[in-house]
Parts: sequence; C-alpha cells; structure tokens
Amino acid sequence: MNDAMGMPQTAVVVGGTSDIARAVLRALVARRLRRIVLVGRDEIGLATAVKELQAVGALEVETMTLDVTDVSRVGVVARDAATRLGQVDLVLVAAGVLGDQGSDEDDPEAVARVLTTNTTGPAAVMTAFATLLKNQGYGRIVVLSSVAGMRVRRSNYVYGASKAGLDGFAQGMAEALRGTGASLMIVRPGWVATRMTTGRDPAPFATTPDAVAADVVAGIERSAAVVFSPAPLRLVFGVLRLLPAVLWRRVPG
Amino acid sequence: MNVATAPDGVGISRRVLTGWGRTAPSACDVATVRSAEEIDQVLADAAEAGRSVVARGLARSYGDAAQCAGGIVVDTTAFDTVLEADLGTGLVRVGAGTSLDALMRAFVPRGWFVPVSPGTRYVTVGGAIASDIHGKNHHRDGSFCSHVTRLSLATPSGRVEVSPDDDADLFWATAGGMGLTGIVVDATLQMIPVQTASLRVDTERATNLDDCIARMTARDAEYRYSVAWIDCLARGSKMGRAVLTRGDHAGLEDVAPAGSEEALRFNPVVRAQVPVTPPSGLLNSVTVAAFNELWFRKAPWLRTGELQSIATFFHPLDGVGAWNRLYGPRGFVQYQFVVPFGAEDTLRDVVTQLSDRRMASFVTVLKRFGPGNPGPLSFPVEGWTLAFDLPVGPAALGPLLDRLDETVAGAGGRVYLAKDARLRPELLAAMYPRLPEWRATRNRVDPAGVFVSDLSRRLGFVSSPAPRLAPRRTRARAKTARAATQMNGSG
Repeated sequence: MNDAMGMPQTAVVVGGTSDIARAVLRALVARRLRRIVLVGRDEIGLATAVKELQAVGALEVETMTLDVTDVSRVGVVARDAATRLGQVDLVLVAAGVLGDQGSDEDDPEAVARVLTTNTTGPAAVMTAFATLLKNQGYGRIVVLSSVAGMRVRRSNYVYGASKAGLDGFAQGMAEALRGTGASLMIVRPGWVATRMTTGRDPAPFATTPDAVAADVVAGIERSAAVVFSPAPLRLVFGVLRLLPAVLWRRVPG
Repeated sequence: MNVATAPDGVGISRRVLTGWGRTAPSACDVATVRSAEEIDQVLADAAEAGRSVVARGLARSYGDAAQCAGGIVVDTTAFDTVLEADLGTGLVRVGAGTSLDALMRAFVPRGWFVPVSPGTRYVTVGGAIASDIHGKNHHRDGSFCSHVTRLSLATPSGRVEVSPDDDADLFWATAGGMGLTGIVVDATLQMIPVQTASLRVDTERATNLDDCIARMTARDAEYRYSVAWIDCLARGSKMGRAVLTRGDHAGLEDVAPAGSEEALRFNPVVRAQVPVTPPSGLLNSVTVAAFNELWFRKAPWLRTGELQSIATFFHPLDGVGAWNRLYGPRGFVQYQFVVPFGAEDTLRDVVTQLSDRRMASFVTVLKRFGPGNPGPLSFPVEGWTLAFDLPVGPAALGPLLDRLDETVAGAGGRVYLAKDARLRPELLAAMYPRLPEWRATRNRVDPAGVFVSDLSRRLGFVSSPAPRLAPRRTRARAKTARAATQMNGSG
C-alpha cells in the first residue's frame, strides 16, 4: 500500500533498465519500496538493475522480458506482474528511445519505431495497468515524458513528437482516473545525463538521474499532477511555448 | 473485480475513502447496514465471494484503518440504535454505529456520561472498541474497552458474544484490534454517573517541557482528567511551554443555583464549518507560531475551579466542522506515540526535533497514561503520550517521522495505529511485541483472512504480505544467465 506520503511498497517498472527509472527506484527503496518487478527487453541490463536494487535494500526484485512494441503481449505481462506483487502500489512507465533525428527523419521505419517505442507501447502499458489499478481501487502510474514534447522543435521532432503524444495521452488518462482511487503523475525532465544522451551536448538546465529521482519522490509526496525536472523548466517552457516561431527557432538547445 | 451481489435492501456503492487525515485514498465498495442482521448478511456474502471486508464508522481514525481498497467496507453508522439501557446502573447496550455524540445527547441529561471520551464526540462505539480509544482520564480510568462489559462480534463463522470472562482472548484481541477480528455489532458499556454537564477545570501555564512534566507528575493524580497543550514551536528556555487543563465533573453544588435538569442540559452545536479545502500551506510555521503565541498568552498562569461545558473541555475542535480540511488538499498526518515513564529524554528529543525543524503542528497534546489493559494491540501503556498533527507535502516530513519511529521504538514505545498512515512496517513487531499472540487469536476466528484493511496490508500485520517470489526470480536469473552466455559467445 502507499502510505500517507504516497510512498509505495511495491512497484512495476516498464523500461526497467532506464537510468532515470533505476534512480527513482533507488530513491523509493530508501523509503518504503521493498518488492519490485522490472520489465524490459534487455535481460542483461535487467539483471544488473536487480543486483543494484538488492544492494540498496530491495527485498525481492523480479524481472520480466517485454518489448513494449509487441503490444499483443502487454496485457498478459501486466497481469502477470500484478499477480506476482499481489498489490501494485506504483507503475513507473520509463520505456523509451531517443533515436537519431538526423538519420531517422528520412527513414519511415525508424520513425515508426521511435513512435511505437515511445508512444504506442507505453500507452498500451498504461492502459493495461490503469484497468488493474482501477479494479484494485488505488495505485499511482508515473510516466516519464519530456519537456521535448512541450513544444516540438526541428532538432529532435521525432523524439519530441513521440513524447508529445505520450504526454497528451497521459494527461487524458490522469483525468479519467479521477475518482477511481488510482492516479497518474507526469514527469517532464529536461536534458538528463544518461546512457541515452551519452555523446550529445547538454542542453541548458541539464540534470542527472538522481536529481530527477529526487524531484519524482517530492512530486509524489505533494500529489503533483506534473513534475518538471529541474523545477524551473516549468516556467521556462511555459514561456517558450508561447514564443513566436521566428524566435522559437533561435532558442538554443 | 466483481462487485458482490447486494443483499436485499443493503446498498453497495463504490466510493473513494480516506481517513480523517485525508491521505492515501482508495476506492472501496461501501455497504451501508442498518441492523445486526444486515451486518451478518453482508459479511456472509462477502466471505462467500472471497472479498476482503473491514468495518467503518465515522472515519475519525486518521490513516487507512477503515478502508479496504477494492474490497467491501461495512458502514455501520446507520446502525445507531440504543438496544438496552438501565438508568439505575448505567449499563447500556447500543448498535456499533452509535456515536459518542448520540450517547452523550441521550444519557448526559439522565445523569450518565461516557466512560472515556476522546478529543471528538464523532466516533462510533465500534470504532472506539477497534481502536481501544483513550481520553484525558487514562491515568485514572484506563481506555475504552476497560468499560465494555460485553460485545457481539460478527465473524466469518458466525456471530459470537464475548466479554472479559467469556472468550477473553477474542475480546481483548478485538480491543484495539483495528477491526481485523470481526465487525463489532453491538456492545454493552458501563457509563459513569455525573450530576452536571459541566466540568470544574483548573488551568495553568508551564514555562517549558520540563516544568510541564514536573507539574503533571506531581498533581495529575488529583484530577480525573488531565491534558497539556504544548507549543511545539517555542525555542530555547521556552521549548515545550505548555498550558495544562485538568479537572473533574462538576457537582450540583458547583453549578448552584441551577436545578438538576438544567445542570445536565447538553446540546452542543457546530459553530462553524470549513466550507472548502484551502490551498496547502495555510498552516505553516509562521501562522502556527502566531496562533501558539496567542493561545499561550490567552491562558492564565493559574485559574482554578472554572466551569466549562463538556464540549469546551473535551471536544473544542468539534465546534468547527470538517476542520481536517484546514491542512489543505494533501491532508495531514497525526503522529501519536507513547514512551514509558523514565523515557522523558525521548519526549524532550522529539519536541526539540519539532521545534528545531520548525515543524508546525497545529495541535500538540501531551498526556499521561496509566497501566494498559490486556489487549495485545491496545495502544496505551503506562507512560507519556504525545500527539501532533503535521501537513503532508514537505519533503522533510517522511524522513523525520521515520527517525522518530526509531527513537520511540528504541525507548520501548509505540505509535498509535488508529493515527498511523506511514509507519515503517518493519517496526510494527518491535512496537507491538504481542503481535504473534494477537495473530493466533485472529487466525482462529478468521482463518481465511476475510478482514483486511489498507492499514493491515500496509503494515503486513495480519499475514505474510505476499506470496513468495523466490522460484520465479530463480527462473528469471537462469534466463538472464543464459542470455549472458549467448552474448559472450557471440562477442
């Protein structure tokens, strides 16, 4: 069960090898999290994450393999994960790829792959778990979106559009979950130094997985609907969204 | 998940519930029952359908004790019938949903008062038993269940009548058992005689916590009721300054020239209602410090023999409807613990931490408990009990309370489960060492584990928290190992 501060005891993570997801889990294990099901497609990465989480105090960590683009398996995996935990306090949806804008934008299959991995798959995952949580009568879905989806820009529009789609879907689902006991929180990090961004130039307001994790925990504690990480990005993107296109094109990052 | 077939006449509706602290909501199928028979019927149907059940009264427990996510919550408040009353002896038998407010309205004018009154009249008798509630007279009279002579309990195997002499194990497991041994259907209470509806109250200020401890230790025994309000924000030499209010029921001679009928008149009203939930942060260290300053200065250094009404003395907050909204939309937690006499350093430590961290508790209350009763999960044990409210939201709150848990457990103390919404589950067994004994009784009457609450799930105190996962993990690891081998081979 979640406690008064929203701290979960059990969690399912889809995209269990994500640097941000693992940082969030470590932060939650330091509080109440004890039993975890990690879902992902990279078995070696999952095994590493298992060791890491057990080292910080998780009692039971299981893994399940799933490629979220295989949407036909999503429902089964969600039910299986829920059965293993008994009660699902938190679902962290962290599956995603950055893609390579330069080559992807002329490659129909690559574009479809990024959008399926980042939008279609996670939306299917969220749908499966939303049904479970509604029946269960409580539980929180935390979705890793991105500020890149706030206003999609030329330099990464494939990724940005995928996150914009996911973010919109999550906003709608959050409304749909009102009054069911379950809830949904959207996390919009800025540029985070992870494996995903290795070798790329940091954007302004660059942050780290642990800093994002701290913001996520704080967001849960205050029942936030949306968490920006770092927090000033809420204001920054609030302004950037309104900029005329002429100026928007000149914004660095 | 299927909604159980509603028995004839018993309405079941899905509702999102929280405790008084308004944290950790969960959706439950609420069955409103109006009689003992309906309680039996709902329970039988739920047990047959394999659904989890817990009873709920007026929902004044602060945390998640009276909710069961996805399960059935039996709302007993409509079963508020006075079944038997002996005005000669003060023995009354009432439906579990009867509130202490209703009891007082019915019996104070006839010269009988509830044996134990908490800080609110809006609790049911069933809830009072399940939490084994206490009042300002614990040092003198013990907790609520010490005045319950008999109760009828609905269990999955049928209705049982228990008393301290008749299946004492089940009676005492139910006292403070958080509703997990069954649903209290009705209970017989021994009320206490009063001549008036007033209290004769002595008020005094204590300059700091040590002064307060000394004053209470020296003279609490002279009073039936005693409580200290603590200014948790005062610092330095004023740290823990307090206002003590102590008293007893006034006699007819105290209220002269009022006649007996007038002296027993009891008709408190709700003077104000918190209409909406204000934004979080209304109660912060600045506003609370200002309030505390006022409250402390308003109190006299010493005033004796003041007459106060029952509502003013026992239930000041009941005058403000839905005051729990004041903490804002995120709600609040009330932390109440008890440490044995001799652990005054722990008490000082806790008050110092609240003061140092500017944790603004709107209501901080210190009391002395007398000896506990035989209930294995009953909260009160002889010692000091401190309670305070803190709004949820600040990131420092969770870790602070976790540290306090360690301090309290280390001093041989415990937190009050009726207030809890966040205890680290690993500490439950340390704080309640008789848990195994309680579990044995509970498993005897509810072997299938029908009675479940969010509290019992969160703290894992009715059974093992979940099926073992080890075999599957081994399998996953084996697969991972295979994959690693393949990878190495291909590399």
